Order: sequence, then C-alpha cells, then structure tokens
Amino acid sequence: MFDSTTLLRQRFAALRSGGEFFSLRHVRQSRQQLSVRKNVAEPPSLSRDEGAMLTVRVSGVEAYAATADLSQHGLQQALDRAEALARQIAAQSLLDLRDQPVATARADYLSPGMDSAFPSLADCLDLLNQESASVPADERLVNWQVSLGLSTVEQIYLNSAGAELRRAQRLVFPGFGVTAFDGSDSQTRTLGRDNFGQQGGFEVIQRCGLLGAGKRIADEALQLLLAPNTPSGVRDLLLMPDQMMLQIHESIGHPLELDRILGDERNYAGTSFVKASDFGHLQYGSHLLNVTFDPEIREELASYGHDDDGTPAARQFLIRDGVLVRPLGGALSQFRSGLDGVANSRACNWNRAPIDRMANLNIEPGDKSLEQLIGGIENGILMRTNRSWSIDDARNKFQFGCEWGQLIENGELKGVVKNPNYRGISSNFWRNLSAVGDADTFQVLGTPNCGKGEPNQVVRVGHASPACVFSQIDVFGGDA
Amino acid sequence: MADHFLHSFENLVEWLRAHVQAPEHFTLSYAGEHSQFIRFNHAKVRQAGDVQQSSVDLKLIADGRQADLHLTLSGDPEIDRQHLAEALEQLRQTLPLIPPDPYLQLNEQAWDSQHQQQAPLPDSAEVLARIEAGAGDLDLVGIYAAGPICRGFASSHGAFGWHQANSFNFDWSLFHANGQAVKANYAGQDWDPQELDRRLARTREQLDYLGRPLKTLAPGQYRAYFAPAALEDIVGLIGWGGFSAQAIATRNSPLQRLYAGEAGLSPLLSIAEQVSGSISPAFSGEGYPRSDLRLIDQGHAQDQLTSARSAVEFQRPANGAEAWEYPNALSMAAGDLAQADVLRQLGTGLYINNLWYLNYSDQPAARMTGLTRFACFWVENGEIQAPVSTMRFDDSVYSLLGTQLEALTREREMLLSASTYGQRQTGSSHLPGALVKRLTLTL
Repeated sequence: MFDSTTLLRQRFAALRSGGEFFSLRHVRQSRQQLSVRKNVAEPPSLSRDEGAMLTVRVSGVEAYAATADLSQHGLQQALDRAEALARQIAAQSLLDLRDQPVATARADYLSPGMDSAFPSLADCLDLLNQESASVPADERLVNWQVSLGLSTVEQIYLNSAGAELRRAQRLVFPGFGVTAFDGSDSQTRTLGRDNFGQQGGFEVIQRCGLLGAGKRIADEALQLLLAPNTPSGVRDLLLMPDQMMLQIHESIGHPLELDRILGDERNYAGTSFVKASDFGHLQYGSHLLNVTFDPEIREELASYGHDDDGTPAARQFLIRDGVLVRPLGGALSQFRSGLDGVANSRACNWNRAPIDRMANLNIEPGDKSLEQLIGGIENGILMRTNRSWSIDDARNKFQFGCEWGQLIENGELKGVVKNPNYRGISSNFWRNLSAVGDADTFQVLGTPNCGKGEPNQVVRVGHASPACVFSQIDVFGGDA
Repeated sequence: MADHFLHSFENLVEWLRAHVQAPEHFTLSYAGEHSQFIRFNHAKVRQAGDVQQSSVDLKLIADGRQADLHLTLSGDPEIDRQHLAEALEQLRQTLPLIPPDPYLQLNEQAWDSQHQQQAPLPDSAEVLARIEAGAGDLDLVGIYAAGPICRGFASSHGAFGWHQANSFNFDWSLFHANGQAVKANYAGQDWDPQELDRRLARTREQLDYLGRPLKTLAPGQYRAYFAPAALEDIVGLIGWGGFSAQAIATRNSPLQRLYAGEAGLSPLLSIAEQVSGSISPAFSGEGYPRSDLRLIDQGHAQDQLTSARSAVEFQRPANGAEAWEYPNALSMAAGDLAQADVLRQLGTGLYINNLWYLNYSDQPAARMTGLTRFACFWVENGEIQAPVSTMRFDDSVYSLLGTQLEALTREREMLLSASTYGQRQTGSSHLPGALVKRLTLTL
C-alpha cells in the first residue's frame, strides 16, 4: 500500500514551477468486474489505471494538466503545460485565487478491512455461479444476472505548501437482477447494482443480502408479472431506503451543490432552485427532516479523511429540523460564495479536476418502527428499489419509478402492484415528510454512478436513510 | 502527437505478436487523446486543463476462454511494454480460473483499415479571443474541448485498424437575466472562425425571445415540434437497449414490442446506424468492421445491433456493434417538411429546442418521461409568442414517433457528441426535426 510514496515525494520535490502554488494528485486503481448471466460466466473484465494531475496557481489563476507519464520528465512537462495554460487564460479568468488558503494537512485514510484479503477471483466466480444456479427453473424467468464489482483505489496528494494526504479504499459492488416475461409484459427485480455499494471486504456482499437471494428475487419478479398496475391517485407514500437514496440524491443532493448555485453547471448538469441567500432560513422540509454530510460512517461509499483538495472532512448538518443550513460546497466554492460548506471537492480520477460533488449524504433516523410507519397510513403505497429517475435542471419537478409497490390500506400492507411511479416538486415534497423510520429501518447504501461536470465525471456517492412517509403524493402506474 | 499515439500502438502490437503464440490469441484495442478543456461561466474561464491519456484493452483467448484487461499507458515505450507484459501474465493466470465461454467468437479476418485526419486546430488563445469578442458581454456558460482523438485495433489474426482525427467541440448556453437560456454547439474537424461567429450571433439573437414574459402551461395535450437536439434525447434514450440483440432477446429492450411485431411506429420513421461518413471508427473495439445497418425501416423493426457474444448466444450475424450494443452513428431519414415551414405547420403549440433527463415510466410499453429545457417556446398561429416554463412530458414512443408523428423536416442536423465521460467520445446523430400532433404534459 502506498508504495509509490517515496518516488512521488522525490519527483515532486524536484519539480520546478513559476507559480506561487502547485500540487500533484496521483491515483492508482485496479478493478475487477465479474458477472454470471443465466448460469454462464461472462469474460472477466480487469483494469489497471494510474496517472497524476498537476495543478498550478500563477498570479491567482489556476490550471491543470493530467498525465500518465509519471517520470520526472513527464511530471515536469505536465506542470509546464498547466503553467502555460494558466498564463494563457489569465486575462479571461473568472476567479482570482491569490487569497484562497491552501491545504497543509498530512494524514492517511484507509477503508475498513483494507489489510484483510478479499476472496480470489475464482472464489468470487464460484459464489456468483452458486447464486445464479439458485434461480428456480420457470420458463417465465427469461434473464438473470449476478455480478460483483471490486475496485481498489489509492490516492496520494502532495502540494508545495507541504500537504501529504494518502487514501486507500476498497469498494465492493454486488448485484443481482431477474427478469420475468409473460409473452407481453416484462418485470425486473434487482438487488444491489446501481443502488448499493460499500467500502470494505467480503462482509459487504453479506450486508447487501446477495447470498441466497436468488429464489426471493425471482419470486418477486414473478409476483410483479401477475400484479395489477399501480392505481393512479393521491396517496401517502412510504419509501424504503433503496428508493429514499435516489430521492435524497436528486432532490436534496444536487440542488445543494454550491457550484450549481454559482452557475458553473448551467450548460450541462443544470442549476438549482435553491439560491445562495436561502441558507440559514429556507424551510426545505418538515421539521422531521435532518440531513447530514457524513464522511464518518466507515463502510459508506464516500467516507474519507480529506477531500481531493485536501480539506479535512467532518460530519455536518445541511438541513436541521427542516431548515436549510449549509450547502454542498468545497473550499473553492466557499471562497467564491462566502458560505460555509463541507469537504466535498472531488474528482472521479487523475484525469479530471475536483469539483463540488455529493459524497455521503444521509437522512438521520427518526423514532418510528416500520410497523408504526405502515400503521399510520390509511390510504397509501409502499415503494422500494429505484428503477427510473427524471428531474428538471433546477432539481425541482421530478418523476421517479420503483420496481416494487405494495398498497397500504387502513394501516396494513396489502397487494403487490407493478410499475409504481410518483411525481412531485422538490420544494413541496420534503415539506410533506410526515414520519421518519427509526434506526432499525436505516440502511447504508450508495451508487457508483453520479454524473456531472464539464468535462464529464462519474463519482461514487453514499446515501444512508431510514424509511420515510410522505403525505398526499401523486402516484400512478404504467401502460402495460 | 498523433504519430506518437500510432507508434506507441504499433510497438505494443509488435510486442504482443512476438509474445502471444498459438493456441493463444489476442485482440488489442486502443484509445488515446490529447485534449484541452476550457470551461466557461459568465463568459469567463472557470476552469482550464490539459489531459493527455491513452489506454489499451487487451483480450487474451485460449482453450475457449477469454478475459479482458484495461491498461492505462504511460507513453513511455519501455514502461508500457513492461506493463503490457504484466497484464498478459495476469490474464494468463486468470484464464485457467474461469470456465470456457460458450459464446466466444473471434473475427479471424486479417482486415486493414486506416483513417488519419490531421487538420490543424486553432490555438486556444484564438478561441478565447473569438468567444470573448462574440459573447464577452453576455452570460455564456459551457465548455470548449479540442485535440486529437485516436482509436486502434489489432489482433493475432492480423487485423489492424487505426482511426485518428483532430476535432473540436464548443458546447455553450447563453443565459438571459431572467434565467431563461438558449443552447448551441459548434463541433467538427475543420475549424472556421466565421462559422463560430455566426453561431454565436444566432444564439445572441434568440436571447431576445427569451426576454418575453414566461408562459406557464397547464398539464394536457399539445401539438409540438421537436428540434433535432430534442429528438436526439428521445432516440438517445431508445438507443439504450432499444436495438440491442441481447436486450431484445432477454426482454429488456424498450422496443421489444416493435421487434416482436406487436407494435408499430410511423411509416415516416426510418433509422439507421450509418457508420460510413460518420466521425466514428469503421471498426469496433471487438475487431469487427462496422456495417451500415437499417434498424427501423418505415416504422418496422429491421436489424439489431449484435456484438460478437450476442451473435453466438442468439444465433445472429455479428455486425460490428460494441459489447454494449448502442448506436454510435445514428441517422434518421429526413422527411418533407421544410424547416422554413415548421412554425406555420405547427400553428399553435410548443416549439421544443431541447429536452432533458429522459427515463422510462413503463419501459416495456416504451413510455418515457422527461422535461423541456433551453429555449422552448409557445407558438400561436405560426408565430413565437413566449418562452415556456419547464414542463414534464410523459408519453409513449409508439405515440410520439408512431400514431402522432405528423412530419419530419427535410433538413437534418449532424450532432456530434459532446460527452467526455472517461474520454472524449466519437458518437454522432444525424437527425431531422419532428412535428407531433399530440404531446402529453403532466407537470
């Protein structure tokens, strides 16, 4: 682990720059993607990637250059390219960063269990084969796939102010999906995939619930095939954590990103219905809503000690008792806006520059058991497992769909319904939060696929949430 | 720089051909770029950078087994040969751990394909000056990306492909003080500063319309015109799985009812994967020459995008599709509506320049939802009246591009992908505009 450190230190120390500040961010990662589809192993996909980003500040103007040539010459060339670019754009630069403080911290961060071995490729493949074989024989089950993604990422950040931050993470992404088809309609039930990932070792696969899940997932896909469509109308909505994570992501996370509020993303990812002046007093949700940026839940996907600009990460409330208090803005956005933020300046890899991203964005548990949540609903619906998401560029009007729906009548769970969708407006939706599940309903989830930025970047984000109830939501089904 | 990419690839291929011996086989695909990215906000440079990167995907095949390894290259020939040797060894150790692949299929043809275009790109200082002159007083936000892009392929069966082109892509929006915006793009391989000036001027003119009072529409059904960029979002969503041989066979395609003959689209609609004449390579990362394919012909399903493994599993001919079976050079046939007549024929309804964030409400029924974005206008009696506030639609492809499709425009636009996830992309769409009799707005 961190075996590039000595060499990188030497090469960084030998770099020469005319800028007042420069940094190197080295990333080395390996990946292994395994999959078994309908009891046939797909070719393993392996990856080895390594490179560095050099960033330089010249008279308050920053630019970067990324290279995989880690020789002294290669790093110096990249630094020279960045410096030349900083000088070239100086006259048109939006920002003057001469007064922006730089990181000076020195620390290491490791994922939990980094020192324990992960099962071998052969063992992982055996596991996937076993799970695939557990899907029962039924001619209506036309497709199923079990997968396991494993990434190991090491990052070393050095800068001319003396910072040295090292991070090593192991990320695990299990997945299972079964599709049932009746000759006309098809329904898919999944576990994990884009809705789950954690840091750690083999225990992540266990926590996901993948082991022995094939029969249940297949049965649920078949139940959906036989189920009626979700009825249209206004109902109370009970969202389970594997849909809550998407709801948090799209209608709290993105609108609170400070670079969106500052306008950087207007050409691509979009803007926000939230204004800089809203922080400190906007009633974002009901008094039950408490949202944290929390890098301290060790297994959550985006737990870390420092962000990619070297800012120390700590748990912060973004929304407390329903009131908006703090944006998702890293050191640069805080400098630009004058607002307090969090350590969320993140890059997807060595070839992209850090920008404001979600990291771990969670809803704090309340005090209601799942039975109490259901028992408190007279006319409602439970939805679980996101399958469709769409929201406007200001992150206000949304429509989301789930795999699994179950009607709730007079405080009791009733029949399964398929194609459950709901729509709303973020600024109203969270104010309809009427009950929050307790710690027993709380799950630590995450996704590897959050896209944003120009040039584009996909990052891993964590979301943890209890089950939650929203009153009087517009719910509807599909055509089939 | 481009020669450096090619020499690097040739050296690696030569080394592999010397070190991979029958019964082992290999394929090696290559991607490289040297890109400059300049990001704008408020017509100033928000962030600028330079990215030099190249990588290979090595596939090793032996005893009916195959495994892949993606390897980032340093650019140093000695180090890269060493890393490639380590990758080869890792794959050799992996193959005995996995079972034979019943869907393994290799293209054993020794084809050769080479395309190199080295048209000069402008100096970024010139680009900055031009943008400042054309829009420095406006609220411009977007990104300029430029530089050479390379793709290569080689196999132990003697195939060799090389594709290299210099290209640029300036993708921007102009914002009115009221928050409304118009989006535009100038992308290609031959830089023409006057063309950039013209496009900047055209978007500036459209800002005038955006200053009019905003019209808020009620949910309901409206006549609508989708400009090519808006239509690209619709066909782009359909493209994820829509034409995929695997998705169709496993009932995960949004067009499964079309391919099953249970549903139809408008006879006006013909869609092809038109590789010839596009900016994307003429070969796939799997080593197959890419064919021009008729995907939909006059509303009826035709070819499917079929990768090598799908070809064996579903007993179809491989046709150069990548493993993910997504169109990369999509072309929709033109119609007969003159662009100049669009507003008159729309009459009263919505003129939609762009859509945003499409996804499915009911995928097997091809029912999708999404939102208007960037310069969408309310039109009455053939005249633009006002920009409209963001609206959500929820409608079926079988309606929008089926029963309710009234006309396609005679003129088409070649839209080059501005996507830069991982690396700059070479995808394109060649599309007309589409006039529909009924679009359902829900929120």
